[in-house]
Amino acid sequence: MAFDEMTTSDGGVRAPYAGIAQWLKDTPAETLKTRGKEAELLYRRGGITFAVYGDLQGEERIIPHDIVPRVLARKEWNTLAKGLEQRVRTLNRYLADIYGPGECLKAGIIPEDLVWQNPAFRPEMVGVDVPHGIYVHIAGVDVVRIDPDTFYVLEDNARTPSGVSYMLHSRDVSLRLVPELMDTHRVAPIENYPDQLLASLRSVAPRRQSSEPTVALLTPGQFNSAYYEHSFLADKMGVELVEGRDLFVRDEVVYMRTTQGPQRVDVVYRRIDDDFIDPLSFRPDSTLGVPGLFAAYKAGNVTLANAVGTGAADDKVIYSYMPDLTKFYFGEEPILKNVQTWRCRRPDELRYVLDHLSELVVKEVHGSGGYGMLVGPHATAAQIEDFRARLNANPSNYIAQPTLSLSTCPTFVESGIAPRHVDLRPFVLSGSDGIRIVPGGLTRVALREGSLVVNSSQGGGTKDTWVIE
Amino acid sequence: MRIHVRHVTTYTYDTPAHSITQLLRLTPRNHQGQTVRKWRIDLDCDGQLKASEDAFGNTVHTLSLAGPVGALTVAADGELDTLDTNGIVRGAVERFPVGLYLRETDLTKPSAELIEYAKALEGPDILTTLHNVLARIYRDMRFDKTPTQATTTAAEAFALKSGVCQDLTHIFLACARTLKIPARYVGGYLWRADGDARQQQEAGHAWAEAYVPDLGWVGFDPANGISAMAAHVRVAIGLDYLGAAPVRGSRTGGPGERLDVAVSIAQNQ
Repeated sequence: MAFDEMTTSDGGVRAPYAGIAQWLKDTPAETLKTRGKEAELLYRRGGITFAVYGDLQGEERIIPHDIVPRVLARKEWNTLAKGLEQRVRTLNRYLADIYGPGECLKAGIIPEDLVWQNPAFRPEMVGVDVPHGIYVHIAGVDVVRIDPDTFYVLEDNARTPSGVSYMLHSRDVSLRLVPELMDTHRVAPIENYPDQLLASLRSVAPRRQSSEPTVALLTPGQFNSAYYEHSFLADKMGVELVEGRDLFVRDEVVYMRTTQGPQRVDVVYRRIDDDFIDPLSFRPDSTLGVPGLFAAYKAGNVTLANAVGTGAADDKVIYSYMPDLTKFYFGEEPILKNVQTWRCRRPDELRYVLDHLSELVVKEVHGSGGYGMLVGPHATAAQIEDFRARLNANPSNYIAQPTLSLSTCPTFVESGIAPRHVDLRPFVLSGSDGIRIVPGGLTRVALREGSLVVNSSQGGGTKDTWVIE
Repeated sequence: MRIHVRHVTTYTYDTPAHSITQLLRLTPRNHQGQTVRKWRIDLDCDGQLKASEDAFGNTVHTLSLAGPVGALTVAADGELDTLDTNGIVRGAVERFPVGLYLRETDLTKPSAELIEYAKALEGPDILTTLHNVLARIYRDMRFDKTPTQATTTAAEAFALKSGVCQDLTHIFLACARTLKIPARYVGGYLWRADGDARQQQEAGHAWAEAYVPDLGWVGFDPANGISAMAAHVRVAIGLDYLGAAPVRGSRTGGPGERLDVAVSIAQNQ
């Protein structure tokens, strides 16, 4: 049995959920149903959509929102937040190391080929003096819970993590649809996330004489699956939403075209992948980027958030070294646990994985979005054989992990209220003035009974996440 | 050998360009077999060249021009003394450990056929293997002298069995890396022993360097089937053409761009 965050195994209610349990008891099923429909309507009216790549219809989908909040007690959150801060410090330190002195390589903590051959490693970044030494300004660390005291990190999303707009909308929906519940709980506010993000981004501007650094959000454009979020965040921060053609570089300084003429840009919050940001330094066929942007960055005239090449820290093999890296750099015990990970690049570990495919989750080292993975216990014999062949053909492309029994939360489904598996993506902001984390994050819920896949592209939904006093 | 190089790139636009941004890797550096006596880059426009060093140790200049620009000429001009070192490159700026040069790139990713081709060339030791690769590419691929702008991949050029020096170099890199031998792209110039003293060429030259334990980096020129010699002027290195390209540029406006490249190489004893 998975750990349920509300109901204990003997049928009792865990303290943080006392109010929720009472509310669920008191509210007629019809009312919950109506509010569920209203939530969908709010999303639809707000145009809060995402596109799924590879979907032939190419239509934009509404992410299903579950109106039953997920609750964390302040004490639980404080421990989690400390762990997240430590994790992100490790990510930043590791990136500064591999693009700098390479101490973890010299000490033999990380095998060299995992750096030099890593497709997400950007040789161009070596020796670049990154403003304030920060690489991962925004991280979306996925954590899961398996019992009252244990949180595991599942993924360190250090490239351009998305989903924070869903976090903010979930709170909006709670305020409108379950106000009586909000009234009876002291829920830590998250509405200031855009302000925190802006403050964090401004804090990492290159050091120069200037009143207030100018920030712009660079989007690949409206055909990107997260375009809605890009425009939403730019709007909430009060910064310009720009595409590549709206920016230009002159003498290694970045400017934005405005109706008042060119305006210097100090920080680019870029939601474009590394490959596409500058056709002169990366993919030459990119029309999304800004020619000369990387040279301006190298010259120290602009900050890119996140830095280029952060993907070298968040693939699923490097993930498995994070606890060692925390100890190596800071001499600290990791606060958050890592899921045991078999690295199929090693013959003995590959053998173990092949012998236990029906029990394990197998993932591509550079995969994301719940694509290209095998969930052994839920897979058919044919799917398992397919993965066996893939593993044998290219073992170093895969890792395997035990299937974790993710915690469940009460969720409103067709049959009424039922437990469904959840994860949590808190957003961790790193600025020159410290780390900021708004309490909570995006809770994703696997709506299908028994399913462990919470990705929105795979039928997952969202919940509001409450940190309560 | 004293070599004089003049490399002139001229862009002309039917309608003037609004703006031009370029990244130039047009400046050679010294190593034991090469001493730069003098070198300069001139523009015929009012623009500023900003010099820096890229991660591979190449000298890079950035250039940005606000239009309208009807024509632009970038001229690199200089003189070097070179020595024959049997292809061995020592004393060059090295910014990366050798293992980095096993990286596969979009342009050097081998096809199944290319992997098979490479595997058949494995010799008893690395140097023999590399000479096998050099000789076979020289024999099997037709060297096409027409300069191209396109970024053809190693796999595509291999399927065509022909290419410019850039393509043959990519095939060499794909073979070497398939065989786990670190290898890199070199962009530069070649004074041709079979030409006259003042040679007019339409493009620069490209070859490969591969890492041989005990010897270090060794230059192999698959377009000519030889090791790099005193006649090879080494300008920039990278994982492939894109990392060592003499000019990477972008412009807004200015449709109808015409590009003229004139390289003249002279030898003064």
